[in-house]
Amino acid sequence: MEKDNVLSVHGLKVKFDNHIILDDVSFEIKRDDTLAIIGPNGAGKSVLFRALLGLIPFEGKIEWASNINIGYVPQKLFVEKDLPLTVSEFLRFKEDNKEKIHQVLLEVGFQHESDHFHNDKRVLATRIGALSGGELQRVLIAYALLGNPQVLLFDEPTAGVDVTGEETIYSLIHKLQKKEDLTIIFISHELQVVNHYAANVLCLNREKICFGPPLKVIDKETLTKMYGEEVNLYQHHEH
Amino acid sequence: MNTNLILILLVGALVGATSGYLGSYMVLKRMSLVGDALSHVALPGIAIAMAMGVNPLLGALIALVIATIGIWYLGEHSEVYPEALVGIFFTASLSIGLLITPEPDLLEALFGNIDKIGAMDGVITIFGAIVIFIITFAFSKKLLLGIVSEDLAKSQGVDVSKVNLVYLLLIALVVALGVKFLGTLLTGAMVIIPAVTAKNLAKSIKQFQLYAIFFGVTSSILGILLAKYIGISSGPAVVLTSISIFLIGYAFKN
Repeated sequence: MEKDNVLSVHGLKVKFDNHIILDDVSFEIKRDDTLAIIGPNGAGKSVLFRALLGLIPFEGKIEWASNINIGYVPQKLFVEKDLPLTVSEFLRFKEDNKEKIHQVLLEVGFQHESDHFHNDKRVLATRIGALSGGELQRVLIAYALLGNPQVLLFDEPTAGVDVTGEETIYSLIHKLQKKEDLTIIFISHELQVVNHYAANVLCLNREKICFGPPLKVIDKETLTKMYGEEVNLYQHHEH
Repeated sequence: MNTNLILILLVGALVGATSGYLGSYMVLKRMSLVGDALSHVALPGIAIAMAMGVNPLLGALIALVIATIGIWYLGEHSEVYPEALVGIFFTASLSIGLLITPEPDLLEALFGNIDKIGAMDGVITIFGAIVIFIITFAFSKKLLLGIVSEDLAKSQGVDVSKVNLVYLLLIALVVALGVKFLGTLLTGAMVIIPAVTAKNLAKSIKQFQLYAIFFGVTSSILGILLAKYIGISSGPAVVLTSISIFLIGYAFKN
């Protein structure tokens, strides 16, 4: 693997019961890069993440730079609304230091005193299940940041977040991009977002369709390969 | 109060505390019925131990450990949701247990008998409770993270499968400890009811666990005293007391 690469994937293949989900996917990511992964439903985007995290078996090679900390931000948590787990207890699964938790909450946008409250209750004392989609997403990002990661993996950061919340999440990602030595990899459905925030894009539809700077590599041909004929990606918006 | 009653109350309180604590995780894992069904497996173990002339608690523990490893294996390696298989497996072991348990001992094995609790049982229970509390506490964060999100736990390097096995083995131990006192049919109830009562009232995990332990201990002590003074069987008295506390808690919440 080249020295300034954070990740190198070679000939990645994932099968579930003889059904091929990902086939011969190869790409590399440089340190401090921001990579977006796009593709239609069932293209294998989340499966790629799960393979990168070592959660599922795969063929081929996935090589992370040595001593790398990966922070994973899942799409959502499948928890009951009445799960008696507070934000504070959740964050303390990873970090006991209260000052660090406070810092990381500031970083994800609970900046003002009023931001620290959810329905008049301090966010830290609020149950995970009572948070709004946007708040939960920010708490999940905070959780990922607590491990001092050099890589952040976002699985559809704005799924389940309303439009205003969506802007906040992306501006947060944008802010995180400025951090030193933080590589960001995110899955998205929205081409506008990809053009705006990602330095590189990986287009996926079981196989790699394109890879490179979004404005260069995404054209009519690659879109057709991914989504079929006559699809206007700008309207492809799932929630 | 005589020393024997103190011993019984101590054993009851420890069984209540450990069942409540472990039960808090079981309720979150949505495995409550597994805990209940698991207790039925103790019956053939007790019967075989009696026939061989060894301590029934040992027989119960061995049967429970085997069944626990079975459940864990199914959960890890089978695509089929294990609940149906668990139901079949446990009713089968209950039926076999009913056939092979000598009739005079059957009632005691099914519903427990606190009068038979001796000093040795007290020692085993104290030791078992300490083991359960220490190990569960040490695994608590990993166990809870695995419940909240298995992917998140695995991405942090938590061996979720191992954590689950340790947890289920602790359940087997708590059921074995409770069997002599509550019987094979009712021990599972103590893993479920105090924890469900606590979940209704708790606003954090810490509260949830403390309440579950508290309701477990209270149900045991009140139930045993009730059984003693009215002259009824201890197992049903303890379970009905815990259900009464559940109903009061539910009314209080609403």
